[in-house]
Amino acid sequence: MIKTDILIIGAGPTGLFAVFEAGLLKLRCHLIDALTQPGGQCSEIYPKKPIYDIPGFPEVLAGELVDNLMEQIKPFQPGFTLGERAEKIDKLDDGTFVVTTNKGTKHHAPVVAIAGGLGSFEPRKPILTDLVKFEDKGIAYMIKDPEVYRNKRVLIAGGGDSALDWSIFLANVAEEVYLVHRRNEFRGALDSVEKVQELKNLGKIKLFTPAEVIELNGREQLENVVVKMSDTGKEITVYIDNFIPLFGLSPKLGPIADWGLEIEKNAIKVDNTLDYQTNVPGIYAIGDVNTYPGKLKLILCGFHEATLMCQSAYQRIHPNKKYVMKYTTVGGITGFDGSVKEAPKAVVKAID
Amino acid sequence: MTDIKIKIIDREGVLHEVDAPTDMNMNLMEVVRSYELAPEGTIGICGGMAMCASCQCYVNSDTDLPEKSDDEEAMLSEAFFVKDNSRLGCQIRITEDIEGLEVELAPEEA
Repeated sequence: MIKTDILIIGAGPTGLFAVFEAGLLKLRCHLIDALTQPGGQCSEIYPKKPIYDIPGFPEVLAGELVDNLMEQIKPFQPGFTLGERAEKIDKLDDGTFVVTTNKGTKHHAPVVAIAGGLGSFEPRKPILTDLVKFEDKGIAYMIKDPEVYRNKRVLIAGGGDSALDWSIFLANVAEEVYLVHRRNEFRGALDSVEKVQELKNLGKIKLFTPAEVIELNGREQLENVVVKMSDTGKEITVYIDNFIPLFGLSPKLGPIADWGLEIEKNAIKVDNTLDYQTNVPGIYAIGDVNTYPGKLKLILCGFHEATLMCQSAYQRIHPNKKYVMKYTTVGGITGFDGSVKEAPKAVVKAID
Repeated sequence: MTDIKIKIIDREGVLHEVDAPTDMNMNLMEVVRSYELAPEGTIGICGGMAMCASCQCYVNSDTDLPEKSDDEEAMLSEAFFVKDNSRLGCQIRITEDIEGLEVELAPEEA
């Protein structure tokens, strides 16, 4: 069981900054995120895109912002459970919470802060009859262990970086690799596109473009798929062991929607007059995942919400302790790792 | 300040005729959101970067629209429920040239 003071669900910019504000109050944080890297949408969807409305940064790339936040919170040694989705919450008799992920990892904390953005990122699934029937019986939406595909006949669908990169990688692992895309053009890094071209010329990747998988067949296991060429209308049956549709990820609020929290407009209702607490005391919601009158889904608003949430969490954890907010310029920063950052002292010295 | 009239059929099949401002640097996806014609969180998920297809719509009028950018073309090639008249609402800017545009919102992806 992982124990912490504030359990943060979602490692996007709001969740990361909450670690900093909590650290100033000597509260420790642990973050859970379904993605395998911190940063949320900033890392997953638009790392190379600029943001212009972070106060003090005339322009910053989303990926850079995440790097900076990771650097800023480093002294406060946050824990991470990455690649796992928060699935279940249980309130214990003493008012604390246990949050369990889809992989069974348990986290115990007196305060839970949901900074889940638009939800957890789930693979986008194509619309095909019997798709669900063949899941884990030949169909997978993510490649966890490439060795599974050794000497297998694999068909990948999609036109982005992951479809290209995995086709390249599996070309040397699988017996046969087919790549199906709705267009002739691929959207990916130039060298990946060129590499696929090269492997196609060598006969190591068989390309179907413009084409679409329209049918799945098999008894228990997936045995073949029907690929329809969009230009000629010709239908080709391809015998394969594995079908991997790679159509990117889309966010879903997911299991959090069933935690007994008040939901409005696909977001969690919070008390914005005070501390961004939900209808369940001890559970807060900050950043894009919450809603209240006048809500704006902006990173800078998430930072503010995280800050007020931490003050309230402190009082909840230490009901009898007196505390006033201190400026970092005055108080400096003392990390849990023992590091100290503080403003240099002014020199007091007489001039003769 | 000038507004134009746009007809939008929502995902339930209901037709709405709305006024869309041409002077607020808005796009069609934002107009749909401002009139709350689709629930928050089901449209404009990526914020308007042509990186999701949650604002996909079918253009029913013969309005002359600007060509698709490479990004829009690429996204639509990976989207579901795509038809020949599919566009991403976030890539259609509200200008006087598109007065009378009529669109239908594509179904929400499962």
